[in-house]
Order: sequence, then structure tokens, then C-alpha cells
Amino acid sequence: MISLQNITKIYNGKTVLHGVSLEVPKAKTVSLIGPSGCGKSTLLRISMGLIQQDAGTVRIDGTEMRKENMLQIRQKMGYVIQKGGLFPHLTARQNCTLVADYLNWDAKRIEERIEELASLAKIEVSQLDRKPNELSGGQQQRISLIRALMLDPEIIVLDEPLGSIDPLVRYELQTDLKSIFSKLHKTVLLVTHDLGEAAFLGDEIILMKDGNIEQKGSIKQILKEPANAFVERFVNAQRSPLSELEL
Amino acid sequence: MRLLKNHIELKKAPASKSFQKISIWGIALLLMFSFAGRNSFAQESKPVKVGTKLFTESVIIGEISYQLLQEEGFETQFYKQLGGTRILWNALLSGEIDIYPDYTGTIIQEMLGGADIKTIAELNKKLAELGLQSTESLGFNNTYALGMLKAKADKLGLNSISDLRNHPELKFGFSNEFIDRADGWVGLKSAYRLAPKTVTGLDHDLAYRGLQGNDIDIIDLYSTDAEIDYYNLKVLKDDQHFFPDYQAIILYRKDLESSNAKAVQVLKRLEGRINEEVMVAMNADVKIREITDAAVASSYLEQTFGFKTEITESTLWSRLWVNTLGHFYLVGISLGLAILVAIPLGVVAAKVSAIESVVLNLVGVLQTIPSLALLVFMIPLLGIGAVPAMAALFLYSLLPIVRNTHSGIKNIPMPIIESAQALGLPNTVILKKIELPLALPTILTGIKTSAVINVGTATLGALIGAGGYGQPILTGIRLDSVSLILEGAIPAAVLALLVQGFFDLVERVMRR
Repeated sequence: MISLQNITKIYNGKTVLHGVSLEVPKAKTVSLIGPSGCGKSTLLRISMGLIQQDAGTVRIDGTEMRKENMLQIRQKMGYVIQKGGLFPHLTARQNCTLVADYLNWDAKRIEERIEELASLAKIEVSQLDRKPNELSGGQQQRISLIRALMLDPEIIVLDEPLGSIDPLVRYELQTDLKSIFSKLHKTVLLVTHDLGEAAFLGDEIILMKDGNIEQKGSIKQILKEPANAFVERFVNAQRSPLSELEL
Repeated sequence: MRLLKNHIELKKAPASKSFQKISIWGIALLLMFSFAGRNSFAQESKPVKVGTKLFTESVIIGEISYQLLQEEGFETQFYKQLGGTRILWNALLSGEIDIYPDYTGTIIQEMLGGADIKTIAELNKKLAELGLQSTESLGFNNTYALGMLKAKADKLGLNSISDLRNHPELKFGFSNEFIDRADGWVGLKSAYRLAPKTVTGLDHDLAYRGLQGNDIDIIDLYSTDAEIDYYNLKVLKDDQHFFPDYQAIILYRKDLESSNAKAVQVLKRLEGRINEEVMVAMNADVKIREITDAAVASSYLEQTFGFKTEITESTLWSRLWVNTLGHFYLVGISLGLAILVAIPLGVVAAKVSAIESVVLNLVGVLQTIPSLALLVFMIPLLGIGAVPAMAALFLYSLLPIVRNTHSGIKNIPMPIIESAQALGLPNTVILKKIELPLALPTILTGIKTSAVINVGTATLGALIGAGGYGQPILTGIRLDSVSLILEGAIPAAVLALLVQGFFDLVERVMRR
């Protein structure tokens, strides 16, 4: 599980996170949502140690993240970002096997794992020998997911993973992600700006604004009992084609 | 090469690893041999090293000494056209060379601070303190002189400068420098009480034409100028000994007397054996009749001492081959070392912000030192020849590679770096597997820039005896020979284009 306590982050004298705390329970998915610049992405990168917080603690499965144990802890976490963050000079396969190679897995074990994950992520093994720029956006995200799952980490952290994917593919990927997370019992922290996606994938939704948490809860609570005027405005700002029909 | 392999090879084949190792060891061995080779060669056989200055007369006397020593069975190395007085003097002091020709006046005025020295015995006493010695005069004095057309002088019965006193109607045309110098016209006219009606200042090259057109009658010249022979001039005798003595001598290291006494004896055979007329004729043979220095020296030795020296007249192709090898040697080693040093330096600059600007500014400043100055700075540290030239070229090659390595790594998008960190890879692995391969195209562009600059700058190496394509260029400038200049300039340009083409090809292969 992920536990963030009183995380504060200051950039060039400006406080972007004001002592934020949150918890992602084991095998649950938490969706972080909020307008651009609310600090959701910063918070997520702090949870992976990619950015150092100015105050507060990060605990992964009860262990406080420090410089000394950071590499080991990161190997227990998978990370997927918008547009994949794939290494452009390596093939899809090399992208996925990089850490396993570093950890000296034998070739057979690597190959078995890749085949297993490829079928899970619904990508043909033949696609794996392509470079990232030869793959579609959706395929890149599937490769990125395989890379994140390679060492079978407990935790998956995703930063706008479907942000730049067209709607049909996104719909499909959302379905696949949800089934993968629940099938594998992963603990998931997801950043998105799409309330529908947050609700579909998340057991809990955390709504942020200006470096503070405005509301935590289920989608039902957020829709029915908005904690304040901002939450209400954010919820109402979601446009649905159906609502156009009702007019 | 290592990076390139990582980049291209999809699977880690064991063969590629051993190939990397072999290639690295290969480079290391090559470097060791190239240095060790030089040293052991120098220590074992102790050849007599002959240097010369940049101008033709010095080269001819150097050639004569060199061929004479060879004829007498000494192992000899010849460093032609090393530079000016200061460079030769320092090279002699440090033992980079053992002998070189110079002039008494030059040594006394420029190197010994105008000490009151009248005779060569006095000069040798002074030189001995510095571990140097000089031969007696070779027999000619290359100093300022006044000259006129021989026909006219004979008609008027003029032999010495004093004779001019009775001919104030003669028109004097002097180079501007000579007119202003205290040891030139200013002193001369009062010493000889000359009062000509016309004294014109003009360019030295125009003066010869002025003589032929009868616009002027008397000009200043150096007493062994090739033009004396070519224009059939008479040098008027300095009967009052106004002009300072510039007796030609051969300077040598005093330790040669003990280590190679016979070589000194051989050199001394040249004392008094080259008079002004002979020197003028030899200068004219080389500069005007375009006979090679070696051939002129050889025929001098035959006429004077009666032995035929063997000179191998090099063909264009053999010279091209030697110069190409020399150039590759300079460029290959300096660029290779620069790559080995600059890439780590660029990485450190990109990673350690505390020293980032220090490193970048330092290599930047190195680049602003004029290449000629950098070469000269190297002489007191590393002597003359290929090693100091390579050191200078090495320093020059750093900037483009350091800067491109730095920016190649800095320009990798943050999400890529964070994705690598998030995998839990240590920084060294991220550098090797992600950052360096991604920066490689930029680094290669830097290496390409360095290589092309290096090929061009290496031509200057000839100025300090490093060989390469600069050698014919330097001789071509001295002899005013366009074909010789092109003999160095064209292959240098072709090599630069080939280097550029090679790296373009590598880039294209990598982009696939």
C-alpha cells in the first residue's frame, strides 16, 4: 500500500502541496483528479521518489522511502505515464526487459514473463520487436504497462496514462486496465483529469485544488454530497452528450 | 564504438562484448606503442638532430650539415623549417635538436640581450655557460648591404660604400624599415658622410624593378639575397664596417663534444667554406631556379668536398604518402584521446551542476587561444615534433565533444529520465543504457566537428616539426610555390571532406 503523510512541496518559493496526506489501501485503486496545476502529478511523482518533498513522509508497504532504499522500493512499483515514456532507441521488448536484464534474470524466465504479459495486455508478440515510434499510441501504452508489470510489482502508479489516446481506443484500454488491476490485485494510484475515467477505474476518488485535497470519497459521495462549491463546480463542468439531448 | 554497439545490437551477443574489449585494448596498445616507439628510438641510437629556421638560407645550410653528417655515417634526424629564432634556440637548449644554423648578430642581439661580444671566441665563452657552442664563421656575412646593377657599378668604378660619396647624383631607394633604423640609413649616412640628392622609400620587391627601369640606382638588401644573383647586382663593400656582423655559424649543444665528438669535427669542416657568392648562388638556385634544397646542398658538397651524397628525390606520391601518414598520426591520436577525455568530461558537466559552467568555460577558453600560440606554448612543455602538436590538437578537439555530450544529455526529455528512474535502475545503468545512447547522435556530431577542425589545424603542426600536410604548405610558402602549397592544401581538404562523409555515414547507419 501507498501512504503519503503531510507532503509539502515548494517550488521557487511557491508552495504547490500543502501537507497533503492520502492512502491507497492494498489491492485498491485511488484516482487523483483535479484541474491542471492542482499538484496531483507532483504528488504522484513524490510517491515514486522522482521528486523530493520538502516535508512529510512517503511509506510504501510500511517502509519509509529514503535515498538508500529507493531503488529497491521502486522495483516494487510500476510506473506508466502519458505517451508511455518509452525509450525511443530501444525496441518494445528491450524497453520491457531492461530491468530484468539488469537483475540478471535468465533468458527463459524473461521470455515467459514477456509472453504472459503480452497476452494479458493484449498485444501481439510480433509487435515487440518494433521501436516505440513504429507503434500506435494505444500500443505504446500497452507496452508501457508491460514494462511496469515486468517485475510483478505490488503497486502501479499511473500519470494520465490515457491522456493522449483517441476515445475508442481509450474506452477499450480503460476496460482492459480495470480487469488487469482487479485480476492481479494491484494497489493502484492513478492521476487523471477525466472524472468518468476516475470513477470507472477508482475505488476511491480524491479531488485536489491548489495543492490541497478538497474531497475524498466514492463517486457517489462526490456527486451527491460535494464538500464545497469548488467540488460542485468541478462535477458540473463535466459535459455528457446525453445532457445535450435532455435540453 | 562501445556506445554504438549497444545502440545497434538488439540482442546481447557475447561476441560483441569481447569485440568491445578487444577494440578498447587495441586503442590503448596503439597509444602505448606510438609513445613508447618514439622514446625508445630516441634513447637507443641517439641520432644527431639537425634543425633549421623557416627561411631558405637556413634550410640550405641545414641540408648541407645533414647530408654531410649522413655521408660521414652518423645517424641523423632532420627537422626542417621549425620556426623562428626563439623556437630553434629553445629547442637547442632543451636538447630537442643538437645543431642548427644561425648568425652571430642574431644570437648576440636577440638571444644574449646585446651583450658586448666581438669575436666568436667571446661568443663561445658566453654560450658555454648555457651548454651551447658555435662553429667559426662558415665564411659569409648575411647583413644589410647596399647594392646596384653590376654593369652600372663597373662603369662608374664603384666598389665600396665610401665610393658613393663622390656620386651624389645617384638615386637611392630604400625599404621604409631601413630608412628609419639607427643601424640602417640613419647611421649609415652619417658614418659615411653621404648626401645623395634623392632618397625614396619603397617596397623591397619594387626596388629590384626600379633598378632595372633606372628609376633608382642604389638599394638596400641582405648580402646573400638570391636576387643579387638573379638581377646581376653588385654588393658594395662596407669598408668602414658600419653594418653589424651577421656571420653565419652553426650552433650546437656542448654535450655533443663528449657524446659525439666526431660529429662536431665533421661540422667544423664547413667553417670558412661558404662565401657570400656561393651562398647567393645557392639561394638563387632554390628560390629562383626552383631546384630543391637537397639537390643544391648535394651539389655544394660535391663541388666543395668532392663526394657525392645520395639524395633521394621524392616523388609526388611518396611525399603524399609520408605526409598522409604523418597527418593521420597527428589527427588520429589527438582526436582519439580527446574523445576518451571529452565524453566523460561532458557527462560530468551535465550531471554535476556545481562544476558545469567551470568545465564548459574552461574548454571554451582553450578554443579561443589562437592555434599558433597554443602550438608555441607547447614547446617549453613538450618540445618540438608530433607530441606537442598532438597535445595542442587534443586541447582543440575537446570543446565540440564536451559541449555536444553535455547538451546531448541535458536535452533528453525529463519523462524519459523519470521513466528510467522509476524502473529502479541505478544512475550508472541509466547513463549507460539510456542517456549515452540517446545522446550519441549529438555526441557524434561533436566528434565530427572536432575531427574536421583537427584535420585543418593539424596542418599548422608542421611549424613545430610535426610533419603532415602542413610540411609542403610551409615549404610552398617559403619558396612562393603554389604547386607545393596545393600539395598540402588539397589532400588536407579532401581528408576533411572524407572525415565529414564518414561521420555522415555513421550517423545515417545509426538512425536506421
